[in-house]
Amino acid sequence: MTELSGDWCGMQAPETGTTIVAVSYDKVFLLRSGSAADTQLVSDYVRYYAEQHAIGLEQPPSVKTIANLVKQMNYQNKQMLLGAMIIAGWDREAGGQVYGCPIGGTLLEEPWTTDGSGSTYIWGFLDHAFRDNMSRSEAEELVIASISLAMARDGSSGGVVRLITISKDGAERRLVKGDEVLEAIFLFLVA
Amino acid sequence: MFAKGPSHSTALGPGCAGPPLANPQNFGQAGPGAHEHGSHQPSCGAAPFAVDASMLRSAGSQPHKHTQSPYVTGSSVLGITYAGGVMLASDTLASYGSTKRYKSVQRLVKVNETTVLGAGGEISDLQYILNMLDDLSTEDYCADDGQSLSSQELYSYLSRVMYNRRNKMDPLWNSLLIAGLESGKPFLGSVNMIGVAFSDDHLATGFGSHLARPLFRKKHRPDMSEEEATALIREALEVCYYRDKQSINKFQIAKVTTAGGVSISDAFALPTKWEYQAFVDPTRDAVGVW
Repeated sequence: MTELSGDWCGMQAPETGTTIVAVSYDKVFLLRSGSAADTQLVSDYVRYYAEQHAIGLEQPPSVKTIANLVKQMNYQNKQMLLGAMIIAGWDREAGGQVYGCPIGGTLLEEPWTTDGSGSTYIWGFLDHAFRDNMSRSEAEELVIASISLAMARDGSSGGVVRLITISKDGAERRLVKGDEVLEAIFLFLVA
Repeated sequence: MFAKGPSHSTALGPGCAGPPLANPQNFGQAGPGAHEHGSHQPSCGAAPFAVDASMLRSAGSQPHKHTQSPYVTGSSVLGITYAGGVMLASDTLASYGSTKRYKSVQRLVKVNETTVLGAGGEISDLQYILNMLDDLSTEDYCADDGQSLSSQELYSYLSRVMYNRRNKMDPLWNSLLIAGLESGKPFLGSVNMIGVAFSDDHLATGFGSHLARPLFRKKHRPDMSEEEATALIREALEVCYYRDKQSINKFQIAKVTTAGGVSISDAFALPTKWEYQAFVDPTRDAVGVW
């Protein structure tokens, strides 16, 4: 997640082969990979607990709190769950943030992260292309290009790219369809 | 209803979430087959699932946890004592199998003003241990009597926790080094996932125990100066980086000294040497091969 001097933050968290689930108040999103059943379950519980918590706090929980909820579920039920998730969002305390919640119950905050089966094909690309303090459009183009490259090689990824950009003004969704994907890679590489 | 965090069940021992009594009394039960508070028994016969795993342990039922496998792991931790202090070192990598996944993980952590903990193994279990130690430090703080846990006490505590979990066949998958000052004297102890605990003047976990300790045995003296100790640790780190595939050239050193208390350095890299003739030209005598 790049946080810029404005309040943009790109959701620098491409995750292939997954759908994205809104957790709390349109400013925190959970990305799911691994066992679909496990991650759906965790997301349901986390949304439930986050909403309960928000009632007590009288404001949305912080991104870190929600990431911690995901981690607690992963860690306490380590034997039974096989889901790797990413929490990405924006809050007033710390701006844009990305948290990795891999299998086993670790919690680590990172500038960017990727997960899922297709992620293996794009780590090198992201290592190479990620910069701190990218603009919003640079961040979006990078994420779309990364997912497109993963879709090109991973059998378990494909179809469309669902991109969500979260900032202080909320979340904006953008869909890149499969046939526009090659164009996205090309545009990124020549820009 | 949510997992309460590291509670210390007096029946099950430290480090385990669980009921306070070994045979918890379920009041108001209609009978042995009745629905028990908090447990979710699927009618299909699948294993029950609860957000707070301790709720599944009712009277007479076996805990569902069993020996796990690690996912996100740290590699070696090295430790040596010297005149006036003790030093720990590790790299900042957390691997995911053979993938070098997270490259800025601090595996040396200050526990209190006299102790540092270094950990290899599963990072989620390290985070759990740190949470537990934080609870202990908070208790000390609230007692407000000027006492805090010494390194030796933390070492004993952790060795009980690790051994207890081992007996439950549900280990915390870590190798820990505890370093600090015990009554002003340097202390260094090691505890591993099966509860084996010992202390010594120099220790290492993981690959370090094979690569670094021979160097320590040769060059360590308890009255080494800090410069000599730093040089020895850096030499050992270099060897670990060359020979351990699950390592990166990014290290931290933590020190606990009588003079300066606890300090953990910024990450640094070591120079490496690849111009050995045997690397440049390993197959000189084999035709057509580099």
